[in-house]
Amino acid sequence: MKINDILKPTFWKVVSVIIVTMGLFSTYYRFSRGLGLTTNLHDSVPWGLWIGFDFIGVGLAAAGFTIAATVHIFHIHKYEPLVRPAILTAFLGYLVVVCLLVVDLGRPENFWHPLVMWNIHSVMFEITWCLICYTTVLILEFAPVVLEKFKIKAPIKYLKIISIPVVIAGVIFSTLHQSSFGSLYLIVPGKLHPLWYSSLLPVHFYISCIAAGLSMIIFESFLIARAFTKEDGFHHTELKMDILSGASFAVLIALIAGFLLKIYDFIGNGKLPLLTVPSTETYFFYLEILIGTLVPIFLLSYKKLIEDKKWIYLTSICVISGLILNRLNVSITGLASSSGVNYFPSFDEINITMMLVVLAIFAFRLIAKNFDVFVSNESEHSVNENGTAKSKQIILSERYE
Amino acid sequence: MLNETGILFDITLCEGCGACYDMCKEVNNLPETNDDYLKDHLSDNTFTVVEEYGEIYTRKLCMHCNEPACVSVCLVGAIKKSSTGAVVYDADKCIGCRYCMQACPHSIPRYEWGLTKPRIRKCNLCDDRVKAGKLPGCVEACPTEATIFGKMDELIEIAKKRLKSDPDKYYQHIYGLEEAGGGHVLIISPVPFEQLGYVSKLTNEPMPEFTMRAMEKIPSVAIGGGLFLSAMFWLTKRKNELAKEKKSTNGKESI
Repeated sequence: MKINDILKPTFWKVVSVIIVTMGLFSTYYRFSRGLGLTTNLHDSVPWGLWIGFDFIGVGLAAAGFTIAATVHIFHIHKYEPLVRPAILTAFLGYLVVVCLLVVDLGRPENFWHPLVMWNIHSVMFEITWCLICYTTVLILEFAPVVLEKFKIKAPIKYLKIISIPVVIAGVIFSTLHQSSFGSLYLIVPGKLHPLWYSSLLPVHFYISCIAAGLSMIIFESFLIARAFTKEDGFHHTELKMDILSGASFAVLIALIAGFLLKIYDFIGNGKLPLLTVPSTETYFFYLEILIGTLVPIFLLSYKKLIEDKKWIYLTSICVISGLILNRLNVSITGLASSSGVNYFPSFDEINITMMLVVLAIFAFRLIAKNFDVFVSNESEHSVNENGTAKSKQIILSERYE
Repeated sequence: MLNETGILFDITLCEGCGACYDMCKEVNNLPETNDDYLKDHLSDNTFTVVEEYGEIYTRKLCMHCNEPACVSVCLVGAIKKSSTGAVVYDADKCIGCRYCMQACPHSIPRYEWGLTKPRIRKCNLCDDRVKAGKLPGCVEACPTEATIFGKMDELIEIAKKRLKSDPDKYYQHIYGLEEAGGGHVLIISPVPFEQLGYVSKLTNEPMPEFTMRAMEKIPSVAIGGGLFLSAMFWLTKRKNELAKEKKSTNGKESI
């Protein structure tokens, strides 16, 4: 790409530059003036958009471990093309989360304290360590892609040897911290609205992250196919419908499991009458269940729709919105009545969050452009199986062109 | 635990003079926050307040739980139980995650939102004074002995005796004895506590128990998950190999 091309203003470039500039100003204010002046947080609302967004970011990055497990542990190689995008998404998602956590800390200069000061009874402590370990796992999983590019072969050999234990560790760390984000709220039975409070919160969080993480990868595949074209120098970014339909089917299973668990929770704990109480919480709860669970289950149940890219795209947006609503409901809506105040994030809170999202998207594009993030369906494995696959692949790609 | 110390606050004896409020500010070097102490509320510069409910005056302060939620959730252990039973805070350890504020069943901890090096702020039951053999500021200042200091078992005894000797005067409940697992601040009152703004729907179970029930499953999830995934790895690999072998032998037969 020439300098002129980079500088050529397009709509999204202008918007991104504005968002990042505003975000940088807000970041400066946040660190120079403190949380009180730059956020709408106060004693009754100690956690706001940033913590809520951390839940969302981690939840949507869940495909990093589910896809890796599907391909490397369960040997379903059909999903191979999703592994690298999923790991990259997870890694960048976690970077955003870690940055936001540091911005949110009252004393960010002490961020390293959990490494040496331990309280093993704290869910937050467990989450911190899982985040550190899992980010390391993601680096190890993505390292071969970088090393390949620079033709540094020696470490790849060692990475291959430890790859399976690394993937297994990644799945376990993910399982633990994804569910523990729900466990954070187990200690506030009197504060969190009973529509969301449940001893099963960790399980709810875990199941919903599986559905939403996969939906995120599906959603991303559509954006990538549209934005990362051959003219821009990207390869293998075209939609692979059989993979996306298969992933959507997994989303359907996870959604049904999550919904059944919710029914079990509501009946078992006698919470059904809550559904008829007219209140803001109830409306938000219905919105969350409708958009995030019922509509997608309905759509994905039709064989015709699950094979149709438009409907899959729409469903993935629904499931992602459902997770966003759920996490914000738990972290903000569900706590509003007990705190007695309505919280809405400040200008600076929104700016910094948007800036980090834009930077993550930019980083994704930059990395995808320079490294082999997108691989063909028919690469390695099928070639190993029989030599004819290679010629078949060429025919396929010719047809796409 | 029963040798630890705490305070007993008898609402029937409180005249709402605000001496405890002033003394608390003095011993903790806190600036003035409100011209009328009865209209003040807990903040980063106010660790105890006197509230007016008609003819009744009551106090709010940290309850110094036996098994505090804030201590259990603090990931760096910045909040600890002192040997006296008080719940104390070490600002040097704190990273400012504010989980303690979120977790506290009594919503007590406050934050220095306006500062760039903020601290969690709350009553520490004058732990340094108590360790030096002095009374907590509020106890020393109270002219009517509405707030008294002592060993926990003695305080519980006194509270029970007062409820028993004058059942018409007292609502028959010692607030803080069992709420959220109990603590080191006991309160007795002429009226039910929810009328005085106390959190009344608390369980008697210590709050950290709710978390522990999930946390104790972590080792089994980690070990069980590891075994399950390893097993699935070998099984599915073997299955693929068998399928391939079958394919290749079939291929040979057809040739």
